[in-house]
Amino acid sequence: MSDSQTAVHVLKHHFRDMEQQNETSSFGMWVFLVTEIMFFGGLFCAYLIYRILYFDSFAAASSTIDVKWGAINTVVLICSSLTMALAVHAAQLGKRKVLVGFLIATIMLGGVFLGIKAKEYHDKFVEHHVPGPSFHFEVEPEMAEKFHAIDPAKTEIFFSLYFLMTGLHATHMVIGFGLLTWLVIAGSKGKYSPIYYSPVEMVGLYWHFVDIVWIWLFPLLYLISRHH
Amino acid sequence: MATTVAQPVEKTNYLNADYGIKSWLLTTDHKRIALLYLASVTFFFFIGGFFAMLIRLELLTPAGDLMQADTYNKVFTMHGVIMVFFFLIPSIPAVLGNFLVPLMVGAKDLAFPKINLLSWYLYMIGGAFALYGMINGGVDTGWTFYTPFSTTYSNTNVSMVAIGVFINGFSSIFTGLNFIVTIHRMRAPGLTWSRLPLFLWSHYATAVIMVLGTPVIAITLLLVAAERLLHLGIFDARLGGDPILFQHLFWFYSHPAVYIMILPAMGVISELVTCFSRKRAFGYYFVALASIGIAVIGFLVWAHHMFVAGISVYAAMVFSFLSYLVAIPSAIKVFNWTATLYKGSIRFTTPMLYVFGFIGLFTIGGMTGLFLAALGVDVHVTDTYFVVAHFHYIMVGGAIMAYLGGLHFWWPKITGRMYPESWAKLSALLVFVGFNLTFFPQFVLGYMGMPRRYWQYPPEFGVLNILSTAGASVLAVGYVFPMIYFAWSLRYGPKASANPWRAAGLEWTVPSPPSTFNFDETPVVTWEAYNYDEIEETEEAEVVG
Amino acid sequence: MSEHIVSPKIYVLVFMALIIFTGLTYGIALINLGPFNAIVAITIAMIKTLLVILFFMHVKYSPKMTKVTVVSGFFFLLILVALSLTDYISRPWAGYYGGGSAKPANNK
Repeated sequence: MSDSQTAVHVLKHHFRDMEQQNETSSFGMWVFLVTEIMFFGGLFCAYLIYRILYFDSFAAASSTIDVKWGAINTVVLICSSLTMALAVHAAQLGKRKVLVGFLIATIMLGGVFLGIKAKEYHDKFVEHHVPGPSFHFEVEPEMAEKFHAIDPAKTEIFFSLYFLMTGLHATHMVIGFGLLTWLVIAGSKGKYSPIYYSPVEMVGLYWHFVDIVWIWLFPLLYLISRHH
Repeated sequence: MATTVAQPVEKTNYLNADYGIKSWLLTTDHKRIALLYLASVTFFFFIGGFFAMLIRLELLTPAGDLMQADTYNKVFTMHGVIMVFFFLIPSIPAVLGNFLVPLMVGAKDLAFPKINLLSWYLYMIGGAFALYGMINGGVDTGWTFYTPFSTTYSNTNVSMVAIGVFINGFSSIFTGLNFIVTIHRMRAPGLTWSRLPLFLWSHYATAVIMVLGTPVIAITLLLVAAERLLHLGIFDARLGGDPILFQHLFWFYSHPAVYIMILPAMGVISELVTCFSRKRAFGYYFVALASIGIAVIGFLVWAHHMFVAGISVYAAMVFSFLSYLVAIPSAIKVFNWTATLYKGSIRFTTPMLYVFGFIGLFTIGGMTGLFLAALGVDVHVTDTYFVVAHFHYIMVGGAIMAYLGGLHFWWPKITGRMYPESWAKLSALLVFVGFNLTFFPQFVLGYMGMPRRYWQYPPEFGVLNILSTAGASVLAVGYVFPMIYFAWSLRYGPKASANPWRAAGLEWTVPSPPSTFNFDETPVVTWEAYNYDEIEETEEAEVVG
Repeated sequence: MSEHIVSPKIYVLVFMALIIFTGLTYGIALINLGPFNAIVAITIAMIKTLLVILFFMHVKYSPKMTKVTVVSGFFFLLILVALSLTDYISRPWAGYYGGGSAKPANNK
């Protein structure tokens, strides 16, 4: 299909031209991301308030989470953001195979992230740090030396927030997988071109947003107080 | 498919363009979606009204003799949840906004028609969850879901209804998203921001609130469900959690939510008052900016719902001061509407009757809000019927009156038929009288100390409660009549012309009802909003010439 | 939509900056800077966020409306946090406390 034919084919009836359509889709996606900022924001607000109130308990709880995996996951997600940006770039240039390749790479990196997350959740389960009837926080002596006012009950609040925030983040990643898979399927059929690649761009915006959330979750949840 | 034949031939319009249930349930036409919302919103209104009737019947006598106390808790909760989330918040934006925003900007549809349809489905699914929770035993936490009762101690269907409201929240978000993008990106050539009808300014401001505020109540209700179902205790005081944190997060949305309810109503009033005074809006820029002002300042005042909840008195002082600020843009609007009337050519049509009702009742409701914003007064009247009267004056005396006024005003455009004017005027009168009789006594009751959400009360409050219930009966009749005559008009009402009110605005330049794609050619706007002086001159010239 | 096509080189540079900042976040967390630990961590997170928003999400090359939209999202989140905090930080002054690690003002 020639470019102008593609353009006519994809221009929706209520827009006057592709420029208006593309600008509108992009703006719409940004407005949606603002709602996501506020959605996660409620959790960040709760986290911030409790961290100020119960700093020692939060720091102690945070120290029981393995930083190594958190750091690896941060790097994994940053890599996936790079592959996503390169996928959008490939779509802009009409390079179908490169586009699909980078999209698949993004999915795979996301899969690595979720796999590591599952391992971390498992570790928390084994340590009895999952909130609920089986929750039990053991205050180690070195911990008590460093953080004077640890209250095990308050560590349960930390872990509730940990599971809620990372859980909500992981849910968004799973939704992202769905979106990326849709792009892979449509992309391999040649639906995207330099004239029409806004779905790729918009999923890219969504994916980068999910990365930004993790950029904040890593220091806030893993690195509250790690110095000796 | 326009025809120039003198015989009136049935033109193709959005109503008869396609037939069958699929053409309605899978439509992406904003006008059909508006009608889907009209039907469902009306349905929920009557359910919420049914619960209101049960409340007023119980309160007819001082003793708790109609139902158990627990049942009463469920009844007022369900009244609140349905009316706030499933009627007031969607009503004007989803019915009138969806119908009119594309027409008023000169576009063929909203920016995202499929998301518009999704919005309606989310509304219906959310409503189904909420109704299921209500039928299956109810919920008794109050529409405010305060913790720790909602998270720990209530054994009713909290999670089910909370999830229903959560899903419905996304309906709101998508509607707001659609409006913001449409108004920014799809205005017709020549339609600058300063030529926009005030209805659009109001809906834009409303959409901004929907987009910024709703996600916060979404996460908050999710937290309530998570605490109940998954033991993730953020608000659990036994762990050191703060139940008041719930209230901060809840009211961060729920206060701006009341501006979601009133701003579109104010937009309607601006359209009606200019048309039926045949004058430009007095202080157009002030009204437009006041809409934005209400939206922004409205986000700064939420803890005035929490003055006696346990927040620090210093925070209370901050929020009290900010709450006084938010009254200013509202007052600016009331002043400007009144000034628009001055030296206007007033026509006392039904929509105009609702306008007068609105201006008076909204002023009373708004000013009593100021009384509540004063810390000392609030300590005395909070959680009494004074508050109940205050918010019903704004939401019913204000928002619902504007909704009815707007429905009547745009009914000929939406359906192509006129409603019967005499019956409509009678209904407006019944609504006004019934409303005041219902809710004015409640100001006195609250001031005298009758608490809200109580199913029985001391006998000395009896007379005022009887008056209130009597008023509610009259109000109910006033609401039922339009249902009947609007339905009647669909078949027997006189056919309406494109512009029966001789009103300004792009929606009146297309036929009644409009065709599916609104405009045959994109309009080019070269005139200011509410150019009634030009319209009058043109009409005079036509008569003379 | 930015018609501007960003070169992959910029993406790779931003990527490397993000990795370096991640390392920095972790490294600085191991040093005791007192209250500055939190400030530095937040500052670095903000820089990383800005890099992703401006370059990966093309906001640097987007119309002004996009920039206004992004800023407004964060601004209103700031309002939620800041005004809620006016309550929590002033509770000790009001003579009572809703928390657990500070002592209440009087033994009630």
